[in-house]
Amino acid sequence: MIVGEQKPLAEIKDKVSSYSKLLILGCGTCVKTCFAGGEDEVAILASALRLSFRKDDINIKIEELTIERQCEDEFIKEAATAVGRNDAVLSLACGAGVQMIANRFARSPVLPGVNTTFIGVLEKQGLFTEKCLGCGNCMLDIFVGICPISRCSKKLFNGPCGGSQNGKCEVNAEIDCAWQLIIDRSKSFGQMDRLITYIPPKDWRSSQAGGPRKLVREDHII
Amino acid sequence: MNASKLREVLSLGKFAVTAECGPPRGANAEVINKKGTLLKGYVDAVNVTDNQTAIVRMSSIAACSHLIGMGIEPVMQMVTRDRNRIALQSDILGAYSLGIRNILCLSGDHQTFGSEPGAMNVWDIDCMHLIHTVRKMRDEGKDLSGFELNTAPKMFIGAVENPFADPFEFRVLRLAKKVAAGADFIQTQCVFNMERFKEWMRLAYEQGITEKVHILAGVTPLKSARAAKYMATRVAGMSVPDSVIKRMESAPKGKVSDEGFKICLETVHELRKIKGLHGIHIMAIEWEEKVSEIVKAAGLFPR
Repeated sequence: MIVGEQKPLAEIKDKVSSYSKLLILGCGTCVKTCFAGGEDEVAILASALRLSFRKDDINIKIEELTIERQCEDEFIKEAATAVGRNDAVLSLACGAGVQMIANRFARSPVLPGVNTTFIGVLEKQGLFTEKCLGCGNCMLDIFVGICPISRCSKKLFNGPCGGSQNGKCEVNAEIDCAWQLIIDRSKSFGQMDRLITYIPPKDWRSSQAGGPRKLVREDHII
Repeated sequence: MNASKLREVLSLGKFAVTAECGPPRGANAEVINKKGTLLKGYVDAVNVTDNQTAIVRMSSIAACSHLIGMGIEPVMQMVTRDRNRIALQSDILGAYSLGIRNILCLSGDHQTFGSEPGAMNVWDIDCMHLIHTVRKMRDEGKDLSGFELNTAPKMFIGAVENPFADPFEFRVLRLAKKVAAGADFIQTQCVFNMERFKEWMRLAYEQGITEKVHILAGVTPLKSARAAKYMATRVAGMSVPDSVIKRMESAPKGKVSDEGFKICLETVHELRKIKGLHGIHIMAIEWEEKVSEIVKAAGLFPR
């Protein structure tokens, strides 16, 4: 899923303070799963903002709404009336959602309330970790199911750097060395020999390096 | 144009000595000249670091060129952190045109440690790819795209290895991989943990790798007990045994750096007995004046 984190209240408050009617728009998919922008977070943020503005003696009307997905126009339509009666939209979706809202509602200022962080997983309760960079040409077969492009701090293709110690990355002792994991897993398969194979440079055209990407599915075009 | 003297020394089976010279955090070449003067005649070649520890410094290529002007042979260090394959290849061609004949290929320290922690890194290719690229340019006369170069850069290709990093079992495999990619010589991380280094060398020797590549062991004279502890705890991938730290700590006041010098000499002496080891690489970080003393005291002078 796309993992995101809600922006600090002070930053959000600063962004929205010039509007008198604000719609906080949640998204019921990825950001809901990572507790950044679902229905519950919309409600909590709305209360916190109301309280904070009241303390400052500032009158802002805040409306709450959460739709299924902000990255699909079909769901965004449901928000049209609410968007229309407010001065601005604070979107708690990922960056894709925020842009879809901006794209559909030409006259409404749209502000991001979430920092989109990465494509990752819920590793355990309260811990999300990055697992994919969306490079557009998956090599996980070569790397025995552990991606060094997203999980090695130096994107190394041919083994661990000299900073790997006790299974941890030189950048931060809280980061597992992806190459230690690759080696351990290869060993458990009895495939250490495979790691001697030279993996050539990647063609990054399939990644963001090739410019903004498009995926066309002819079979789905009506 | 001249060929690499370092290659000549090593291919003749002589015990090579290289040292390190970190370029200044400024635009004055005088710093390079001073360091070069301290090293000239005592080593076969001088490594010039490439924005080491990700701190912005004078470019390696320019500092190498200053050394050449002084009659010193440089080893241009090149990291893949800051440049993509276009810039790396372009700089290799430029470096060769300036008379640079040795290159050391590295991935580089992570930028979050350096003076620009907010910088975007590159790592379009890794150090293994860089070794491969330089070999292709040299031996096939083609760049990575396959374009035929009108003059191929005939570089003597170096790489690094850290026998003290984990996982240990992979360290010899990785060495073999670098040799297969095209490394002619290897410079290692500083040896303080002799036991582990010997074990790594034994494996490399037994697997016949020392026949295919010249390994130069890194040595560093310790200036203080604090420096020893710093290296032990704060520098990624370093192994400084407690016994070394203790020796530094129990040295009498005013004699601490002498003890560091003594440890360094003992290390060099031990290293020279190791089968398959072809030289040393002295990293006297901001203590370049000590290099000539080490070389002389170790009986490695004249060069």
